[in-house]
Amino acid sequence: MAARSGRDDSTETSQQGPIIAPGHSFETVTDRIAGIVLRRHAPVGWWVGFLIGFALLQLMLVSIGWLLIKGTGIWGVNNPVGWGFAIINFVWWIGIGHAGTLISAILLLLRQKWRTSINRFAEAMTLFAVACAGIFPLLHVGRPWLGYWLFPYPNTMGMWPNFRSPLIWDVFAVSTYATVSLLFWFIGLIPDFATLRDRSRNRAGQMIYGMLAMGWRGSARHWHRYETAYLLLAGLSTPLVVSVHTIVSFDFATSLVPGWHATIFPPYFVAGAIFAGFAMVLVLAIPLRKFYDLEDFVTLRHLDNMARVMLATGLFVCYGYMTEAFMAFYGANPYEGYMMLNRFVGPYAPLYWALIFCNAVSIQALWFERVRATPAALFVIAIIVSIGMWLERFVIVVTSLHRDYLPSSWGMYAPTVWDWGLFIGTMGLFMSLLFLFIRFMPMISIFEMRTLLPEADVEEHED
Amino acid sequence: MAQVFKPSANTYARLSIFGALFAVVGILFAFAGFNRSDYMTQARVARQQPVPFSHRHHVNGLGIDCRYCHTSVERTANAGIPATEICMNCHAQIWKDSPTLDPVRASFASDRSIEWVKVHDLPDYVYFNHSIHVAKGIGCVSCHGRVDHMNLTWQESSLQMEWCVSCHRNPELHVRPRSEVFNMDWAPEDQATLGPKLVAEHGIESRDDCTVCHR
Amino acid sequence: MSEHKGKDPSYDLQVLRERVAGTTGREYWRSLEQLADSEEFQRFLKAEFPAPLAVLDTPVSRRGFLRVMGASLALAGLGGCTRQPTEKIVPYVKQPELVVPGEPLYFASAFVLGGYATGVLVESHLGRPTKIEGNLEHPSSRGATDSLAQASLLDLYDPDRSQVVSLAGEIRPWSAFVDAMTAETKELVRTGGKGLRILTETVTSPTLAAQLRELQVRYPKARWYQYEPINEDSARRAAVIAFGENVDTRYALENADVIVTLDADFLGHGPARVRLAREFADRRRVVANDAARADMNRLYAIEPTLSMTGAKADHRLRLAAGDVEAFARHLAVRLGLPGGMDSHEASYRDWLGALVRDLKAHRGRSAVIPGAFQPPAVHVLAHAVNRALGNVGSTVFYSEPVVAEPVVQMESLSRLVAEINAEQVSTLLILGGNPRQSAPADLAFATVLAKVKTTVHLAADFDETSQACTWHVAQAHTLESWSDARSEDGTVTIIQPLVEPLYDGKTAHEVLALLLESGPMSSYDIVRAYWRSRNEQQDFEVFWRKSVHDGVVAGTAARAREVALNDDWQSRIAPLSTYAAGERSVEVDIRPDAHIYDGRFANNAWLQELPKPVTLLTWDNAVCLSPVLAAELGAENGRVVELTAGGKTVRGPAWILPGQAERTVTVTLGYGRWKVGRVGKKVGFNAYPLRTERSPWRAIGEIRVVDETHELATTQSHGSMEGRHLVREGSLERFRKKPDFVRDFEHIPTEGTSMFPEHPYEGYAWGMVIDLAACIGCNACTIACQAENNIAVVGKEQVLNGREMHWIRVDRYFEGSLDDPSVLHQPVPCMHCENAPCEVVCPVNATVHDDEGLNAMVYNRCVGTRYCANNCPYKVRRYNFLLYSDWETEQLKLGRNPDVTVRSRGVMEKCTYCTQRINQARIESKREERSIRDGEIETACQQACPAEAISFGDLNDAASRVSRARNDPRNYSLLGELGTKPRTTYLAALRNPNPEITPEADDHGGRGGHGEHSHDASHGVEHSHDASHGVKTDHG
Repeated sequence: MAARSGRDDSTETSQQGPIIAPGHSFETVTDRIAGIVLRRHAPVGWWVGFLIGFALLQLMLVSIGWLLIKGTGIWGVNNPVGWGFAIINFVWWIGIGHAGTLISAILLLLRQKWRTSINRFAEAMTLFAVACAGIFPLLHVGRPWLGYWLFPYPNTMGMWPNFRSPLIWDVFAVSTYATVSLLFWFIGLIPDFATLRDRSRNRAGQMIYGMLAMGWRGSARHWHRYETAYLLLAGLSTPLVVSVHTIVSFDFATSLVPGWHATIFPPYFVAGAIFAGFAMVLVLAIPLRKFYDLEDFVTLRHLDNMARVMLATGLFVCYGYMTEAFMAFYGANPYEGYMMLNRFVGPYAPLYWALIFCNAVSIQALWFERVRATPAALFVIAIIVSIGMWLERFVIVVTSLHRDYLPSSWGMYAPTVWDWGLFIGTMGLFMSLLFLFIRFMPMISIFEMRTLLPEADVEEHED
Repeated sequence: MAQVFKPSANTYARLSIFGALFAVVGILFAFAGFNRSDYMTQARVARQQPVPFSHRHHVNGLGIDCRYCHTSVERTANAGIPATEICMNCHAQIWKDSPTLDPVRASFASDRSIEWVKVHDLPDYVYFNHSIHVAKGIGCVSCHGRVDHMNLTWQESSLQMEWCVSCHRNPELHVRPRSEVFNMDWAPEDQATLGPKLVAEHGIESRDDCTVCHR
Repeated sequence: MSEHKGKDPSYDLQVLRERVAGTTGREYWRSLEQLADSEEFQRFLKAEFPAPLAVLDTPVSRRGFLRVMGASLALAGLGGCTRQPTEKIVPYVKQPELVVPGEPLYFASAFVLGGYATGVLVESHLGRPTKIEGNLEHPSSRGATDSLAQASLLDLYDPDRSQVVSLAGEIRPWSAFVDAMTAETKELVRTGGKGLRILTETVTSPTLAAQLRELQVRYPKARWYQYEPINEDSARRAAVIAFGENVDTRYALENADVIVTLDADFLGHGPARVRLAREFADRRRVVANDAARADMNRLYAIEPTLSMTGAKADHRLRLAAGDVEAFARHLAVRLGLPGGMDSHEASYRDWLGALVRDLKAHRGRSAVIPGAFQPPAVHVLAHAVNRALGNVGSTVFYSEPVVAEPVVQMESLSRLVAEINAEQVSTLLILGGNPRQSAPADLAFATVLAKVKTTVHLAADFDETSQACTWHVAQAHTLESWSDARSEDGTVTIIQPLVEPLYDGKTAHEVLALLLESGPMSSYDIVRAYWRSRNEQQDFEVFWRKSVHDGVVAGTAARAREVALNDDWQSRIAPLSTYAAGERSVEVDIRPDAHIYDGRFANNAWLQELPKPVTLLTWDNAVCLSPVLAAELGAENGRVVELTAGGKTVRGPAWILPGQAERTVTVTLGYGRWKVGRVGKKVGFNAYPLRTERSPWRAIGEIRVVDETHELATTQSHGSMEGRHLVREGSLERFRKKPDFVRDFEHIPTEGTSMFPEHPYEGYAWGMVIDLAACIGCNACTIACQAENNIAVVGKEQVLNGREMHWIRVDRYFEGSLDDPSVLHQPVPCMHCENAPCEVVCPVNATVHDDEGLNAMVYNRCVGTRYCANNCPYKVRRYNFLLYSDWETEQLKLGRNPDVTVRSRGVMEKCTYCTQRINQARIESKREERSIRDGEIETACQQACPAEAISFGDLNDAASRVSRARNDPRNYSLLGELGTKPRTTYLAALRNPNPEITPEADDHGGRGGHGEHSHDASHGVEHSHDASHGVKTDHG
């Protein structure tokens, strides 16, 4: 199969520029990638980045501590806006998590060879994003220490949770997603762990990577099982890409809050998630390829493809916005109508228009070849989009809640320092994990890169 | 190059993987068991009291009716813990010098209550009402066990919600004729036929709505 | 963490902790008795409440508590299920008869305000009063109460209440005071009471009056003066002018077809307000095809500031208080009376004309009610007009005065001050009241007090006056003392204590007894002795038992009086005083606060947090000004303005109040106290300085905007209905044409469209109907609910953040123009929807439907996702964002309802239809093997409502009151179009406009309306809204 794929991309190469720069051999690829991990001292840049992340992580811990001591009241949430930053950030992080699975699973099944150089850290990013996301649903409840009541387990109260509640669906959706992504990521890593095991010069490295490699010897049987398992997991996680954010969107769509109660939500959320996910991959990939000079592996072709995906999903999201607005008025439901007007001209209007700019206007630049070929430009747009997607969640959560049915109960929402603390703190968690990953694991799949090499064919015939 | 691991490592690896799974499940079960243990529920633990009062002696030995001391059991939520006065009704004459009863006499003299240790202690968000259970034909023994055989009193049942609802969901298993409510020895010949009949007679609508106990 | 019901939390004081160890709500009382006198308890009190602390900014001890909670999280998270701590049971030694643990008892007593009694029944759990309810037998209660009576319960347990006798601030035992008084009396007896003066509030208590008279016999040179800042001086003066003698005027509105108020807020103020609200509301409930109930009264309100009465009026005329007399004179002239006013070009000429024709058409069935805050002339004119219209005897009644000694209190006080200044006073007993704060500025009472050798102040709080007095004696709360008082119709209530004085306070009777020396010394004996002396003939014990039990003494109503109007009344009233309305001058109307009254409730957290009827402000008083004036000054809500009148200056935050007369501002009394408990400290501003002896209710002054802002916490920041049909209202005409006009605005989804199976509801199906035609927006329901359900107070900061906890709130909407809108009130409890949006979304089944249709909220199961609150279109769910319930203050625990769980932090709560009462009734009925009777269950809100606007009961019983209400054509569901199928429904509001003034044009859909007006109305308020929050947005 490697052979066939080899041929595929040799043909692709001819059309769209290479997905791996010419002049690389097994050795060079392995050295380049494994070298990053196996070198004795991390570069200064790494330390700077990691320490910043680690500092922010402490902020997160403080915010959580104070939250547990004082209660949800330290946040800006109130009546009528019962959900604030916690849910906004939850949805945002979960969204970001999507690119990973999409790239690894769906693109794998679609035999998109260009995925190989980005899937590894995209998957890592997914895991870390899900980890950050996972923090919020638990902490946003009033009595987090009772969170386990959401799981259906035989208890001394002789009762079950409420399976009609989307939050219960969330519990399953998110935990499944986390588990499968983890397995997928780990299995993908096994051959590379083996490589690291063999190359690492110190005992500790050998032991640790050895354990992680689980006795991988690269025998044909291993490879065969590996391929099967990997494909199976890919098949398994493909529906998850769709299911998770669909279910997250149900938290809103199944309620009767004007601005939430909309059938467009599932597709619109999934598209948004992939949109946000790819934006984040770009945000990470562009600096990384620069600092660890991996331009050869993460080529302009990759950036270009990702930009295209962003454009496509971005346009889908815009369609979502339009449908929302259209239905609000076409539906002739006064409450929906008012909700939309309130987004356009209400107290939070600036945020709404900012979001339109970020997610709808800015991406139009991606129509241009030259923009797609300029990493710096892509980086900026990706950042803008990430912000835009956060704003989208803010607008959905807050502007829908703050003025719903009874004007007597209308109110305003303003985040407090603790809201920000926890949000920024989770970014710290994300950064810390990411830098550790870069330091201790191959951020690009070594062996898969090898399969991209012309030599791969040869090897195939020799066996 | 030298092998990092011996072949046996594979076995350990496999073991650890499966071991982990079993460990997780095992812990969950252990935890569930612990929650229901007498240690947690305090069931079947005889409590030390300021006065070593023996139900066995008073009920079984002397045949005093529950209601002599627990005066309000048919009228209110609380069965009623007897006022010192009630003890003194008899103990003014009987055992009037016994040192064991010093606290009782002291209380009566000084007009300060005896502080009994609470045996059946429901959480404060649970509102149990004795009178209605008695009125509907639930015997004392059904919840309190053979108090008439206890020297120091203990709590017979777990008092956990699953225990409450087990009866609220099928009262026919526990209902008895009203005449037998305070009878410790009563045993049904055939609860299967009697139960449903009494449920109908006593007009028991087995409510397990939250509002029944939680307010 | 599990819920607890006011059980001892973990706080430091170990000693005390052991004492209260594990005494649960029910067995609590005895151990506290033991506590109360222990010095640990005294030290605990000192330790617990040292420095002033804002009500909920967490005191140190609470932090400690939270730390413990924080620590226990780990454990809780691990264990999840908490192991029950060992608790004690503390039974009685000798069980009192009647008292059965778990069974509440009810005792008749009275709530006394301004001297007048409202009969109440007090619920008592093992000797702890937990709830105040109206007394059906009592003429001025008739089973209902107002918000103040409800809240007075909290004062009983107020930890800041004065607890000691003190001499110049030094704590002294009561015995020391007794000795001092006996020494005093020796001297006084010798001099015949020379220099002895007694200052009381309004006295209706026969016993106290008897004591005072006896005192004057014993000390002929002694004098008794009365002063209370909120009094009936105008009415008293007027009575003398009009009839040459002191008589009380009472109105009976059940016969009144047309009611005209001359700046009289009869629904919101005065000793008769509960009774009048009932009588008024009875004539607003129109029932289709029921001849008896086919007609409706019509209310014309003439007033400067939007009052509860004005909000309810069919026609409202905005007039500065100073112009009301002119209006009254015009009215008199139009009715052919000498008004001393030639008919002129008044702006309201046609309006008046229509009113006069209406009055003439209803001779003998109308009432003209003058305001307590209007000068005597207005009252005299009202007497004349009522007489001319033949209302006397049908809607207006005169009787001998109810008060023991009718005096013009302002004169009384100034006479006292004069005597003190003339150094004729050596001993001054101040029995109740806080004259140092409330005396008119120009009397400089503070400085005057210093000139008296011995001053004794009997007061519930150690307040401003106590500070300036030599002796302070803690006064017992009404619920702690034996006494008596008369209602506004004269009926006497013998006040019995529900509990031993918590802080052994004393009563006025006991203090006076010290001076009388001879005779009984305890208030019980004093009161009994008095009534025995009144009833030699009949069997006293029978009389006593009956009177105390019923809460009314039969046959004590004030005797009616035939009075003749002096012919020369017109010449006796001062000529119309015209004030020069300068360019920048405004009229300042000074009013009692709706909840803090004259300041006596300043430390009552329930009342502080209760939204004021029309402004919906909490935790503050404000300078209410009209939108026009606000625009002119450039003052927005919360902007501080400075009022200068008669050389005195007062600063307060502005509040734009639609409906305020243009060049007037309104301020309320009682705020800005500087010597008060932690709750009232630094709250609001003091308006008393603006009062003068001559003009206590109205000042002419300058207003200017100051460059300061003060955030005002309102519970409703948006006043418009945005064209939604929330409160539905129609005119009487419209209702007659189309009784079910409410249907015009709704599109209810068809049955069976729900995805979820319908509940069957075989047994009871509880429901509630709220009649908006009757509701007067008085908030009594809110506070009654708070008392019944242990609802926590959250404090101003939290209210600003929209986190108030009230389970039933009274929404207020403005309709029509911004300057002169009409007001609609709508009480909103939980709707107990049959298709409840909250239920489906709760992940842990903490809010579920029960088989009687209750939407149950299970606190101990709630994990606090707040999803239910988001999904509740009525926004009635309340969330404990922080630990709002006070788990530490021992006294507050005593007052809690033991049948309702005290909620901890992180759980949702909401109206339960008083499920504890339903359960009580169900259990009783089952024991008696019958079904629950209609009316057997009354929810707390329903019970308190003076207007009987709320009916509750079983919808499956076609005969029940609530079912009948539900079949009324006016019945509609709030947001019914959402398909929630609410169990709480509303009867549309009705108004009865005079076709001459507003021609029948509102067939377009009633209120809730398509009116463009509604929008600008909203806008003014809207700004305030964004302003008030704009500040907050910066915090983020």
